[in-house]
Amino acid sequence: MRLPPRFVDKAMRAGLRAQAMFTVAILVTIILIIFVKGFPYLTAEFIFSYPEDMGRLGGIFPSIVGTLFLGLLSIVFATPLGIGTAIFLTEYTRESNFTRIIRFGVESLAGIPSIIYGLFGFIFFVIKLKMGWSLLSGTLTVAIMVLPTIIRTSEEAIKAVPKTLRTVSFSLGATKWETVTRVILPSAAPGILTGIMLSIGRAVSETAAVIFTMGSSLRLPTSIMDSGRTMAVHFYILAREGISMEKAYATALVLVFSILIINILAYYIMHRMIARYS
Amino acid sequence: MNRRLVNKDALVRLVLAMFALSSLLFLFIIFVFILSEGLPLFYGVGVRNIALGMKWAPTRGFFGIFPMVISSFMVTFGALVVGAPLALACAAYLSEYAGKKTKIFLKPSLELLAGIPSVVYGFLGVVYIVPFIRDYIGGPGFSILSTSIVLGIMVLPTITSISFDSLMSVPAAFREGSFAMGATKWQTVYKIVLPAARSGILASFILGMGRAIGETMAVIMVAGNALKIPTSLTDPLRTLTSNIALELAYATGDHRRALFSTGVVLLVIIMVLNLLANFWVKRRVGR
Amino acid sequence: MKIAFGSLLLLSLMPCLFACNDKAQGTFKGRRSTVTVAGSTSVMPFSEKLAEHFKIERPRIVVDVQGGGSSAGIQACMNGTVDIGMSSRELKGAEKALNQVVICHDGIAVVVNPRNPIKNITSEQVRAVYSGKLRNWKSLGWIDRNIDAVSREEGSGTRGAFEELVMAKTGIDDGTMVQDSNGSVKEVVATDPYAIGYISLGVVDAKVKALSIEDIRPTPDNIKEGRYRIVRPFLYLTRGEPGEAAGLFMAYVLSKDGQGILKKEGLIPVNE
Repeated sequence: MRLPPRFVDKAMRAGLRAQAMFTVAILVTIILIIFVKGFPYLTAEFIFSYPEDMGRLGGIFPSIVGTLFLGLLSIVFATPLGIGTAIFLTEYTRESNFTRIIRFGVESLAGIPSIIYGLFGFIFFVIKLKMGWSLLSGTLTVAIMVLPTIIRTSEEAIKAVPKTLRTVSFSLGATKWETVTRVILPSAAPGILTGIMLSIGRAVSETAAVIFTMGSSLRLPTSIMDSGRTMAVHFYILAREGISMEKAYATALVLVFSILIINILAYYIMHRMIARYS
Repeated sequence: MNRRLVNKDALVRLVLAMFALSSLLFLFIIFVFILSEGLPLFYGVGVRNIALGMKWAPTRGFFGIFPMVISSFMVTFGALVVGAPLALACAAYLSEYAGKKTKIFLKPSLELLAGIPSVVYGFLGVVYIVPFIRDYIGGPGFSILSTSIVLGIMVLPTITSISFDSLMSVPAAFREGSFAMGATKWQTVYKIVLPAARSGILASFILGMGRAIGETMAVIMVAGNALKIPTSLTDPLRTLTSNIALELAYATGDHRRALFSTGVVLLVIIMVLNLLANFWVKRRVGR
Repeated sequence: MKIAFGSLLLLSLMPCLFACNDKAQGTFKGRRSTVTVAGSTSVMPFSEKLAEHFKIERPRIVVDVQGGGSSAGIQACMNGTVDIGMSSRELKGAEKALNQVVICHDGIAVVVNPRNPIKNITSEQVRAVYSGKLRNWKSLGWIDRNIDAVSREEGSGTRGAFEELVMAKTGIDDGTMVQDSNGSVKEVVATDPYAIGYISLGVVDAKVKALSIEDIRPTPDNIKEGRYRIVRPFLYLTRGEPGEAAGLFMAYVLSKDGQGILKKEGLIPVNE
């Protein structure tokens, strides 16, 4: 029996909508669970004190610091390289075999799974370069991981700058470099910043690569050669070893909400960009 | 004065070119090191014994990773089974049906799903999905089923976003022509738009597979990490990625080299998947 | 915007400023010095506990404890990358060149979920379970359910000791699940009613139930008397004589206070 097309149309519309809402529901459920189970244990003491008894008691201050340092430092390393590459690909060359090879390199880097970065970082930074398990090893490894994202988003942001801006700048006698630094980059800044924020988010939630390069020491990292934990690593260890479910949820809460805030900030910046051009 | 400016520009161009080449440099270093640690064992023990070997007991000289290759593929397909239909539905809804208001919270939701750390997914899987499977379906709970569900949710944003791009790039003319002939929206979507975006959608599946097969932390937590090839959905399993992460910290000598060899195999699989996806994405609209 | 970016930059560069002021190998007169301890994940939580208490006595010495596993710890010690390596198994071959100190002994307990009514098991049965021959709790006197056996990963000191002392020549079945630390094995056994696993005795708590082997309960007394045989040493390893700060830490671990802490945790002290 053939169903009338009108009916099928309405049914499929409802069905698709239901599935989309279901997906949103999954997200909401995840966030709710973490919030409800973690919030009771999220005290000022939790944020600012040190872990005791392997994390069963106390707080997560060292891992918050570790996360901050890792996130910020890896961006410091990756951003100049990333923006530079993006500028080069869009402003200083035409599409050629050369650019295709570079893009292939970038895409490939993006596709490498984090455990391979962990393997590489471990054998290269920790062992061969004798940096040991340290903030430095972790930062360098994570910097390479987020580089493709920064390149991609910067390229898109730069490409979105209207051509007229360039031609006007040149007609006023500016050199290419002056045009790039004084005209193009400033107007592409929101898009680039969005990419940077998203990369920070990714760096912060990375675990496999970080555990094998930065280590899992419970100490507060005060030097770049110190080992330490990020919140993601601390959470993983707490959860896997069953050390403390409450602290695990609370750590997850801080972690997930940090990422949420970073994402919201990124959106805010993007919307300012749209507002600026309309 | 003009010459000075031209030279400066040339210098800038050179510096930026080096920056751009750095990506290739990193890729090169990564490959060199992984291969230099992983290839020797292939020569020493033999590719067949590693890639097709059935027993993994590296401290005793057995380096067979075949069961793990199979398990990796199993959960990857499982992830697609769980995640692809849902992801496709979201993409279709977003591109063809959703109004502005819905788009405003649907798109960010998907990106937030993608932003949640994998260890959180793994944790929630252990606390909620594993016991559920153990109590109501059977087995220890750590299984293909639990891993596929968790991975399916994790690859959903990837598949949705690429399929969405693909659907959006189908020209409006296709849809308008279909409506002009009296087709309903669903008929248009099902018979015209989706087929037109077929290549991109397939590419999104393959990229989703790439993500699933490379996932480590969440899998370690919910898969059980047993070395045998699973024979049922409720059997525990170990993937290539889990194997590396589980044993890297303890491994020395040949054992460690074997883990790098596992990494080499993983890299090869992912490179192949990426090439396939790129090939398909190039053939965007139409055939 | 520029100010924000600039200050962020400055903030993130702070750790680099401290890079010079670190890694004082041994001399600590008045300055902060660090002792790096790495290796077995079995020994790690206890080293952490000791470090916490040691800090109260000697606030100027920071003891940095990492995991990594017995083999990694031994390697790192031989390379000189850490001051003290931790091992939960005996040293083999070339490793014996290292200076080893037994800080305590640890039993390996076979544990099941508290809901499991079984209290005793024979080593023959344990072998059968882990070799895959015994698959159902029915055969051990419980319900008709598959046994979810959990083991440690290859290369683990705990697994090595278990294989040597319990499994003897029989191999562990490929179908057993694997977790990579005592804590995670305990967690699986604590949440899965049908699971069985082997963990460090010092890690056993109310979440799991330790079985008697051939009617001998795994208690520190039984271990000291030699009745419970599944025991392995916890070793601190150094390359040659330990440095000044490292030596002080090791002395503390072997002192009455240190051994008391270990005893409280369920380990068997050496100096009794």
